[in-house]
Amino acid sequence: MSKIIKNLKQFSTSNDRFEGAHLLCPGCAHSIIVRELLNCTDDNLVIANATGCLEVCTAVYPHTSWDASWIHIGFENAATAASGAEAMYKTLKRKGRLKEPDKPVKFIAFGGDGATYDIGFQFLSGAVERGHDFTYVCLDNEVYANTGGQRSSSTPRGASTTTTPAGRVSYGKKRYKKDMVAIMAAHGAPYVAQVAPNKWKDMVKKYQKALSTEGPVYINAMSACTTEWKFPADQTIDVSDLGTDSLVFPLYEIENGHKLTITYRPRNIVPVRDYLGVQGRFKHLFKKENQHIIDEMQKAVNEKWELLQRREEAGI
Amino acid sequence: MEFLGWDQLEAGAVIPSFEDKNSDIVKLKQEERNYAKTNSYTASVADWRVFKPVFNKDVCIDCQNCWVFCPDTAIVARDKDMLGIDYDHCKGCGICAEVCPTNPKSLIMFFENDDNDTALSQWPEKKKKEK
Ligand SMILES: Cc1ncc(C[n+]2csc(CCOP(=O)(O)OP(=O)(O)O)c2C)c(N)n1
Ligand code: SF4
Ligand code: SF4
Ligand code: SF4
Ligand SMILES: [Mg+2]
Repeated sequence: MSKIIKNLKQFSTSNDRFEGAHLLCPGCAHSIIVRELLNCTDDNLVIANATGCLEVCTAVYPHTSWDASWIHIGFENAATAASGAEAMYKTLKRKGRLKEPDKPVKFIAFGGDGATYDIGFQFLSGAVERGHDFTYVCLDNEVYANTGGQRSSSTPRGASTTTTPAGRVSYGKKRYKKDMVAIMAAHGAPYVAQVAPNKWKDMVKKYQKALSTEGPVYINAMSACTTEWKFPADQTIDVSDLGTDSLVFPLYEIENGHKLTITYRPRNIVPVRDYLGVQGRFKHLFKKENQHIIDEMQKAVNEKWELLQRREEAGI
Repeated sequence: MEFLGWDQLEAGAVIPSFEDKNSDIVKLKQEERNYAKTNSYTASVADWRVFKPVFNKDVCIDCQNCWVFCPDTAIVARDKDMLGIDYDHCKGCGICAEVCPTNPKSLIMFFENDDNDTALSQWPEKKKKEK
């Protein structure tokens, strides 16, 4: 049975299973996302973590920050490790070899956008096609943060990274962000959703739905990175608010590969330039010669929002 | 406790989170748990801080915004009440003070070396809304 969380006060009675004194940067959104996920359930958890900031900073020898079974695995194979553990669990259960067979266990995989959109892509695709009962959460900070800020296929056009630096001859990354939510929905996964930590209620609802769904689930979590997006550490939630309210990160879900539902409609939609303006990685776009990139981004966001609304209306 | 060097560990080694085997950890509050020395809960990141949040209980409405958005599990909330800051695990990011909705705020950032009682005695008055 899923845990009942009606409001924030009730949520705050959760006993955290993700401990402090990990070494993530002050203000890192990865840990806010992980705390919200772990606190939304009382079930036992088996977690596989792809290499990236989250894995590296929460298991610095001799310490672990995890009060759940947690597997430290390679960059590319979090989905493989989670699906392997899930398959073994099922087999042991069938053979009557589990010590506590009635205790619910959930299988989770965490990966950064580098691990998910790029390096672990075929492994994730395979695990979802095989139909394992697990939830894959991508901590999407749109950059290879742990190795110093290289572009990934999730980095948006116009962002300056160490491998797509903005300068005299370039406005930053030229290619577009991959639409991972659509790609995972196209696998026919029973549940796919986009979430953001500032909207904790929406996030908890989706996580609970994800964990109670039988079969593979993909969750794309916007994770504002103070170091690589270049904003002050106390601004993580404010920047995230601009991300969801400018619709650069729209919050929606897709069931059974097709049924799309928008779960958050901002009361006041803010211009994309307000979201870009608070982040150092987009600073150069405000130069006269680059303004057309901002206009282009606004147009793309409007078109995507229109498309999501049409798809929701169509209900097919 | 002595730890093996990283090059003495075997692949597939397990780092325990607790001293005992309890599969119902989620039912225990932090103070009721028997943490292993290898759990980061037993470590401190207090020396990361330049600024620290100071908590003023008198203004707090126990909304728990600070609890949900703290990245470092450093806000101590028990039975729906905000009790204060766990200064061993707080890194001083300032998110809690930023998201605190009261007027004046119930969490304000001060220099790490400032005295908490002095900070509380200098708490700002309620701000009037700007027209
Ligand atoms: C096969 C392999 N290639 C490269 C690396 C080096 N590496 C470690 S973490 C990392 C970047 C991770 O980026 P992402 O998945 O986006 O996670 P983030 O750190 O941004 O959270 C890289 C390139 C590795 N560990 N394994
Ligand atoms: S670099 Fe970014 S993602 Fe990595 S720990 Fe720092 S804030 Fe978090
Ligand atoms: S300053 Fe940051 S780490 Fe410290 S209690 Fe506030 S939110 Fe948590
Ligand atoms: S955010 Fe402010 S008012 Fe709300 S519980 Fe924390 S200290 Fe109290
Ligand atoms: Mg990343």
